[in-house]
Formats: sequence, structure tokens, C-alpha cells
Amino acid sequence: MKDPRRLLVLIAAVGLAGGFSAGCGGGSSSSTPANTNTITNSGSNVASISVNGGPLGNYDDASFTSVTVCLPGTTTCQTIDGILVDTGSSGLRILSSVLTLSLPQQKAANGNPVAECLPFVSGYTWGPVQTADMEIASEKASSLPIQVLSDTDFIAPASCTSSGISSDTLESLGANGILGVGLFAQDCGSYCEQVQTALGDFNPYYECASATATCQAVGESLTQQVQNPVALFSTDNTGVILEFPAVSGGEQASLSGSLVFGIGTESNNALGTATTYTANAAGNFSTTYNGTVDAASFIDSGSNGYFFPSTVTVCPSNSDAQDFYCPSSTENLSATTQGANGVTGTVSFSIANAEALFSVDDNAYGDLGGTFSSGSFDWGLPFFFGRNVYVGLQSTTNPNGYWAY
Amino acid sequence: MAALGGDVRSVQADQLHMQGTLRATAAASYSVQEIQSPAGTVVREYVSSAGKVFAIAWQGEWPPDMRQLLGNYFDQYAQAAKTQSGARIGRRPLVIEQPGLVVQMGGHPRSFKGRAYVPDLLPSGVAAEAIQ
Repeated sequence: MKDPRRLLVLIAAVGLAGGFSAGCGGGSSSSTPANTNTITNSGSNVASISVNGGPLGNYDDASFTSVTVCLPGTTTCQTIDGILVDTGSSGLRILSSVLTLSLPQQKAANGNPVAECLPFVSGYTWGPVQTADMEIASEKASSLPIQVLSDTDFIAPASCTSSGISSDTLESLGANGILGVGLFAQDCGSYCEQVQTALGDFNPYYECASATATCQAVGESLTQQVQNPVALFSTDNTGVILEFPAVSGGEQASLSGSLVFGIGTESNNALGTATTYTANAAGNFSTTYNGTVDAASFIDSGSNGYFFPSTVTVCPSNSDAQDFYCPSSTENLSATTQGANGVTGTVSFSIANAEALFSVDDNAYGDLGGTFSSGSFDWGLPFFFGRNVYVGLQSTTNPNGYWAY
Repeated sequence: MAALGGDVRSVQADQLHMQGTLRATAAASYSVQEIQSPAGTVVREYVSSAGKVFAIAWQGEWPPDMRQLLGNYFDQYAQAAKTQSGARIGRRPLVIEQPGLVVQMGGHPRSFKGRAYVPDLLPSGVAAEAIQ
């Protein structure tokens, strides 16, 4: 998936060393070549994205962009770079420590400020829900509820801190914020419209009477919830396309690409020949790898590798590549993805030795993968290299959104 | 009322805690108590024939109450999670594999899936793969 000549190489059936297998999963209706993508560089709906290590310069395989946030209805604005582009979540989250604007605070029905705890597997984000106008490229989302990440404005409740560790600082997040451009229009959806009263059930939204009060779970209407900004754009609101060239030579210090807003709304964002895989209500589709069906699979630019159950050799536990894969030589693999719409396709990918990759201080690693237990295949950022990936926002036609590639 | 490492009575405590419905199935050397909360979070607790909870698996829109489910193992989990996140910056599934505790959690907002077990408590002949 790195060499634009690969298709020719395959046709000629020569020189496969260091390449990838043609894919051995049979019976699929589609096979996606990963090496023929064209990057859209211009257009009022195109923002630059870069795999560049982020604000700390050491974030592996993550794409960053900048956004402008403004006091609603004004031209008092601040541009913030180092924002992680995440197709695995929805909503804009910004570190309080980088925000110089004093944004209006969202209030609950009882007048108290609303705060949110959003769990990610790598840690939760906590802080007040505030309102901003957000601009990126020539797109604008007005009166957008966002999350401001701060451990100090309000006290995170025990239900939040017991979900993991805090990601509310630059050191723990590795980014100045997260731009969630995933499948859904809100970060939570109908689950959050009312308080879940069973003690074991998590509540993302809270109202906090004061900085020292114990925050209480609160129901949050769909429009109050932290929103996917794309859903609030006036025209290019059907989803996004992430476009990256392939990584050359296995790894690069930086890799530039484009974040295109809208699908089928402009001359530069047509779906074209991409195959559509719809998601289920959980935002997942199915991946079959090595004979096993991983039903809770997903495509996530915010995951920094391919994470899946495999017999590929794991890196030593005492290395800084712990939990990544370390095969003695690059393994060329393939899997079958299947959407909720029943459409299937074969994806070829490779896993290189993570210790060897990390031994050179780069930021974009083409074949980075790691372990996870069974049942889930996480197609992280390497999947996006050399491939235009469409992330279709939920709609009447596709209520849970879709991926196309 | 901690679950992991606790005895079978803690399962009933968890059921009350989650206001859940309980469904039990039996395997050769252990039984599985499955609790589904009203909001759809599913927690499976694996109980050995000696009555000890040796493993837990979960799936739902959001993570379950880890403090409740991991009980005495929660602090070890929280410490290990901090250590993992410090190893290399990046967002990836949580994988904690220590001699006394294994915790794995993956997914994304609106879909979390994970499991935890104590290797020393696994009944003989039971592979970790059985915990789903």
C-alpha cells in the first residue's frame, strides 16, 4: 500500500518482496486498491491535515489540523493548532490551557453549568460544555456546543474518574484538542437524553452547582450535546473525506494530507467508485481476519495503529513498543470488512516491526499495529495512508453513518 | 461487594447495583453470570466452581463502573493504565498484562468492549480466550 507502481508490479507478478500479498480472502465483492488515491489540495471545503507528531512532536500516527473558535456571533476569535482529527468520536474538545477566549457556559434547566465526562479507551476527558462558533477551511458551525477540557473548573465525579485516567492536559492528551468528525451528529445520542439511574450505567453529562460541589448526572437533549461540527455546516454537512498519500520508505517525519468537508456536495468530494460500508447502531461494522469474525470493528483515525487479535509476535514487554507488534520481518496480511448493509470487501495491510519503526524518530509509520483481545478490529490511522476514506455522517438514508473507501 | 476476585455473592450485589437482569450459564469448571442493565450494558462474570469471580467481560455504549467491577484490583488497574499511557503518546486500546491482573479494553465513544481477569484464579484448563 505504499508504492504507486504496485498494481503494475502485481500485474507483472514480480518483485513482491517488501510488498504485500494480493489478499487471500475469497468471496468478496470488492477489493480496494490502496495506492491510487488522488489528494484534493484546493477548495473552500478543504483543510490541511498533517501527521507531524502534534504539539509535543512525539505522537505516533495521528493527524493534526487547526481550527478557529470565536465568541458566538462575533469576530473575536482564536486559531488553535495541534488539534487531533478523530473519526472515532464526534465533537470538538479543546484544552482549557490553550483557550484564551472566555466562551459562554451552557446551563442546565436548573441554571447550573453543564460539564461532561467523555470516556475514551485511553482515558477520559472532563470539563465544562461551552458554546463557540467554529471555523475551519471556509466552513462554519455556529453556536456549537463544545467540551473544554479542565480538571479544575469543576470536580470530576467518582463515576468519571473510575472510568480511567484523565486526558485533560497537553502531556496526557498529546494534542491541544480533538476534532471529532465521526459517524454521529452528537457525541452521545439518545442514551444521554435522560439520566441513567442504574448505578452501573455511565452518565456522560453532569450539572455542577459550583467549583467545589459534587456534580450530578443530568439529561442532555440532542441539540445541547457536544455536536459533530460537520453536522452544523450549512452545505458540506454530509460527512468528511480524509485523504493521505502513502507513506514512502516505511516511515516519514511528517505526512501531509487533506480533510475534505462534505460528500457529494461539491465537485471535489464525489463518492466516485468508493464502496460504501454502513455502520450499525454502535458505530461498528464487521471484520473477518484469520477466520475469526470481529463484530465490533471500526475505522478510527484517532487510533494510532491497526489493533486486532493476531498471532503476530508482540514486542517485548520491557520495550517502549510494548503492546505493538514486532514480527521479525514485515507480515503481509488481509482481512474482509463487511458493512451492516452486507457489502463486503478485502483489505490488504502489512504489519512491520514496531521497535524497528520507533528506532528512527519519525511520526508517520505506515505499517504500525498492536494487540487487542478478540472481537474488535480497530482500523487506525495507517489504514488511511494511501487511501481516501469517506466518513458519512448519519442521515435518514444511513441512520448510523457509513464508511466508504 | 467487589466483583473480580470476590465470591459469588458479589455477583448478586452487582446485579442489584446495575438494576440488571441476570442470566446464568454453566461450563465444565465454571459458570457465567450475565447481567444486562436497563441501558443495555452487558457484564459477564465468570465464577469458578469454588465460587470465586476470576474474570469479567463487558460490552456497552460506555464503560461499566470499573471501580465496582474490579473492586480490590481497581487501584492496580488505574496505576497500570497511567504507566501504559506514559510509554508512548498515542490513542490505542488499553492493554494491561501484569502477573496478577490482565485488563483489556477497546472501542470508541458509544461502543466499548473489554475484559479483565486474574491469571492465578483461572480454573485449570480454562483459556483466556474463553472470556468474552
